Amino acid sequence: MTGYNFAYLDEQTKRMIRRAILKGVAIPGYQVPFASREMPMPYGWGTGGVQVSAAVLTPDDRFKVIDQGSDDTTNAVSIRKFFQKVTDVETTERTCAATVIQTRHRIPETPLTEDQILVYQVPIPEPLRFLEPRETETRKMHALEEYGLMHVKLYEDIARNGAISTAYAYPVQVHDRYMMDPSPIPKFDNPKLESPAIQLFGAGREQRIYAVPPYTQVVSLDFEDYPFDPSKAERPCALCGATDSYLDEVITDDRGGCMFVCSDTDYCAERRGEAA
Amino acid sequence: MISVSGLSKSFTLHTQGGAVLSVLQNASLTVAPGECVALTGESGSGKSTLMRILYGNYLAGGGRVVIGGTDLTRAAPHRIISLRRETLGYVSQFLRVVPRVPAVEVVAEPLLALGVDEAAALDRARRLLTRLRVPEPLWSLSPTTFSGGEQQRVNIARGFAHAYPVLLLDEPTASLDAVNRDTVLQLIEEAKTGGAAIVGIFHDAAARARVADREVDVSQFTPRTS
Amino acid sequence: MTPILQVGGLTKRYGRHIGCLDVGFRLFPGEVMGVVGESGSGKSTLLSCLAGLLTPDAGEVIFDTRAEGPRDTLTMSDPERRMLGRTDWAFVHQNPRDGLRMRVSAGGNVGERLMAVGAKRYGTIRSAAEDWLSRVEIDVSRIDDRPAAFSGGMQQRLQIARNLVSGPRLVFMDEPTGGLDVSVQARLLDLLRGLVRRMGLSAIVVTHDLAVVRLLADRIMVMKDGRVVETGLADQVLDDPQHAYTQLLVSSVLQV
Repeated sequence: MTGYNFAYLDEQTKRMIRRAILKGVAIPGYQVPFASREMPMPYGWGTGGVQVSAAVLTPDDRFKVIDQGSDDTTNAVSIRKFFQKVTDVETTERTCAATVIQTRHRIPETPLTEDQILVYQVPIPEPLRFLEPRETETRKMHALEEYGLMHVKLYEDIARNGAISTAYAYPVQVHDRYMMDPSPIPKFDNPKLESPAIQLFGAGREQRIYAVPPYTQVVSLDFEDYPFDPSKAERPCALCGATDSYLDEVITDDRGGCMFVCSDTDYCAERRGEAA
Repeated sequence: MISVSGLSKSFTLHTQGGAVLSVLQNASLTVAPGECVALTGESGSGKSTLMRILYGNYLAGGGRVVIGGTDLTRAAPHRIISLRRETLGYVSQFLRVVPRVPAVEVVAEPLLALGVDEAAALDRARRLLTRLRVPEPLWSLSPTTFSGGEQQRVNIARGFAHAYPVLLLDEPTASLDAVNRDTVLQLIEEAKTGGAAIVGIFHDAAARARVADREVDVSQFTPRTS
Repeated sequence: MTPILQVGGLTKRYGRHIGCLDVGFRLFPGEVMGVVGESGSGKSTLLSCLAGLLTPDAGEVIFDTRAEGPRDTLTMSDPERRMLGRTDWAFVHQNPRDGLRMRVSAGGNVGERLMAVGAKRYGTIRSAAEDWLSRVEIDVSRIDDRPAAFSGGMQQRLQIARNLVSGPRLVFMDEPTGGLDVSVQARLLDLLRGLVRRMGLSAIVVTHDLAVVRLLADRIMVMKDGRVVETGLADQVLDDPQHAYTQLLVSSVLQV
């Protein structure tokens, strides 16, 4: 790692990002602008999450990266390797062993603890963007808590599909105040947003950081007569038999065969290890 | 109910080099409840101008025009509007309505504006239209397509829908046949019995003789040209 | 009777150019006031200042609020004014595209104001939307269609429904019938008149169309070069105009 500062970013930049993180933790769900840096990877590959991870990692941490619940996809592997190279921290694939977990589009099935930090990669941080393209206007709406528009989005879902069909990036209200996009996690994961762990969200291209502190109330929006439903596939994992996990559909042949398995590969493997 | 004194009116025609046309000078008129006064005088003497001033449609130049206790020359617009809604009715020679509104609703509108229950208002409208022999198939159509006589009867029905304490009638019997003319005169008589103060312009001398208690010659108010 | 709106000394300048100058009037509950004048007379500037869309340089706009009685909306905080804007006030734009969310269904457009003030039952919002679509004569079966699929007249009626669903007391209208066919205009005017009467609305209608004010307005304010040149009862101003400019305006209208 010669030639690089620890965790790639210079100390001033990390301080700037930490300040944004602290502000985010202090104002749960509020999007804090920060001066996002150019990272040695393209936007959309998790540059926001990577900068947040770089700012919170210490040499004693154990780091885990998942992409859609899996540790071995290209995105997860390249980010893990990047941090191995620029920090020398220990890495792990085990959720319970990690102190910092960077994730794209999932929350691990294994319950997190107070000793852990979960860092999300966020493509579009603004939950109101769907209906209001003007940043000046969305900021005003957050400031004045004018959140009627979010329900218009849910109304449209029900009107079109008979139910709230938003399946991921399902909007939440944090600590009874800010409307927040939980990043494109499946709505199945929404209940896990109320967690003992610190949750940090980084959007590199949009230059925003926000946070959900431990044990903070996170409410998924709904209507009284169409309550929030995290929805769960009506079958167990084909590999480990878990009935409480989020499943991925895996195509097994060219004739339409498929199986449903845990999206969280570590969870599935741990369960099979236990079973064996 | 009506008390006009020292009324003058002139028109300044800015589009024609500021020419001033003086129409009324020192006009006065008093009408008691239950009384019908006919305005007379040759064409151009200012009968219609006086009527329009009584309704607040034309602005008085000077003097006082007190109707039901409100001086039109001083009243704020919203006062005149409520006066027109509650006290002051006007049957003009021409019907002016929003296209597309059915005749029965045109007639009921003054009552609806007063907050009368919709069913009761429409019921009253139908009875008036029946009395004035407007054929029932026409009731649900807009009067814009009606003949002159039919329009005039819709107009009269509308004017008599609410029992205004003050009623202004501009040629109410023009373009009507004998039977309908008689009905209109009956309506006027009923209004008088009900205590309405009425001012009318009637070219029809027989009609005038039947309903008017007095005549006021408006030409006496015409300014002398020197 | 307390005026619903009292305006005094309202002035807006664009640099050296005058938008509107020292405009004052009182509007009483249930009154409809037409503001007429040609393009550039300042009538749209005035409307924007009244509705809080533009900040005037001087003057006061005192609105009779439900909770606290008459208050100057210009000294209100932003949130208070915005709250008025989606509860007690309504703004009907000339171009429905400016007043509608084109990517949201008709029902969602109508329901937005209800959701903005905290409606949380889908069924209630849905039936209010259906009720309002039928009140503005839009077939309820079109409730899930987007406004882009509607004709100009329907879009304008949808905009009216979207605005009136929250039961406002004061409606600002900017050329509400502009850009519509004559027959469509008549239908809209008739609808507006009925709604104004039934809901006891007060309204300020900016238009250059004198036929529209004659049918819709109780009173008229005539503007020229940012100044009010004449006010009065609608039919009186049209039939017995006093100011040279109003006489010109009235005599310029084609008679049919």
